Amino acid sequence: MKHARIAWSGAIHDAVEADGQLLLTQGPHAGRRVGFDDVVWLPPLAPVPQARTVIALGLNYADHAKELAFKAPEEPLAFMKGEAALIGHNAFTKRPADVAYMHYECELAIVVGRTARRVKKVDAYDYIAGYTVANDYAIRDYLENWYRPNLRVKNRDTCTPIGPWLVDAADVPNPMALKLQTTVNGKVTQSGSTADMIFDVPTLIEYFSGFMKLNPGDLILTGTPDGIVDCQPGDVIVTEIEGIGALTNTIVKA
Amino acid sequence: MTAWLPQGTVYGTLLNFRREWDLWSARMTQDPHKAPPKAPVLYVKTANTFCPAGQDLLLQDGVSEVDIGATLGLVIGSQAQVVGAVLLNDWSVPHASYYRPPVKFRCRDGFLALPAQVTAGQVQDWAGLQLEVRRNGEHVQTVDLRDLMRHMPTLLVDVGEFMTLQPGDVLMVGTDCLADGSRPRAKAGDRVDIFAPGFASVVTNVKGQP
Repeated sequence: MKHARIAWSGAIHDAVEADGQLLLTQGPHAGRRVGFDDVVWLPPLAPVPQARTVIALGLNYADHAKELAFKAPEEPLAFMKGEAALIGHNAFTKRPADVAYMHYECELAIVVGRTARRVKKVDAYDYIAGYTVANDYAIRDYLENWYRPNLRVKNRDTCTPIGPWLVDAADVPNPMALKLQTTVNGKVTQSGSTADMIFDVPTLIEYFSGFMKLNPGDLILTGTPDGIVDCQPGDVIVTEIEGIGALTNTIVKA
Repeated sequence: MTAWLPQGTVYGTLLNFRREWDLWSARMTQDPHKAPPKAPVLYVKTANTFCPAGQDLLLQDGVSEVDIGATLGLVIGSQAQVVGAVLLNDWSVPHASYYRPPVKFRCRDGFLALPAQVTAGQVQDWAGLQLEVRRNGEHVQTVDLRDLMRHMPTLLVDVGEFMTLQPGDVLMVGTDCLADGSRPRAKAGDRVDIFAPGFASVVTNVKGQP
């Protein structure tokens, strides 16, 4: 099932995809169907009691590591983001006026389903609630070689669209063989496959849960393949993963 | 009353004390850094690190020693305004390189020791604050907020340039080093106290795996 979290009719609702529409699943309008274009799409994540842990991977596709002139890392290169960086589908992302290179990153995002600590690879999929699509924008002008990638590059307001759907893990039999694609104004600029991840989904669950507790609702953004290009105000960026969804975002002037 | 927990995301600031900056300065232009940092260098302390007042720090998963990180955390209210502050012990696994993000050094379970409550106030109230650190009753460090590189008002502005702090978020102003660039350390069996006038203390007993 594909789950969404939307604002409609003055309130926030949970919904699922049903025959090309959104079927509201709780509240006074439960059972009602609304169109995709009639709602505000929020990140498809239920609220959590404490700050949501948002882990992101750098250089997790060999071709992208090469594109950025790095050799592939020997252990996951991870950084953390604050939940406030997340925005939903069909939203606006701000590009500062004075930058030269701002690019999208289409990423498979794992949503943790159960408290995970010292989980072995072989059991890792049992701890995953589902998957969504993240676009982990970066502004390379702000890169500095201190805790790189630094938060000024990777934790900016509006710079992590996520959604539109949270797809149940049961509906994604093999997350390690999904096509990824990004289009800018309809033209394909990035294409790859999750099969090319350096550290695959089970390996990441084992690695992080080996030293930290992952809680339900936590996110792991698993990195992006090559094919990054600069994005300008007005550009419409669609990051899409086969079977998970197509996440649309529009760049605006800051 | 239940012990305080951060409601939002906790951010830490690297290299924000004059002593550590000066010790690093000659190396800042060398590889892999190539240049001194321009913007604040931040990191996140994830929710699994939150260790409420009264709970022990358990050293596990191969960690046998930790750096003590006495700091002040600014508690954010609406409109990204500071509404209070807390003493914190921002534990880390000792790490010499500041090149890559410090997730496995800083985001381990229990690695942010919390006090019982928040002290209300504004940043100017704490501009001259001194934090005292004791290990097993012995004084090991004084952290003087007059030695900040970016003083609190500037830090808040420079962070706000790229991310809006949310109600409930906490921004830690940084941890100082000792004269030789190291930080005071703790291991299993140690008790570490951080205190400052007007603030709830942070007291942690460090335990090893049985």
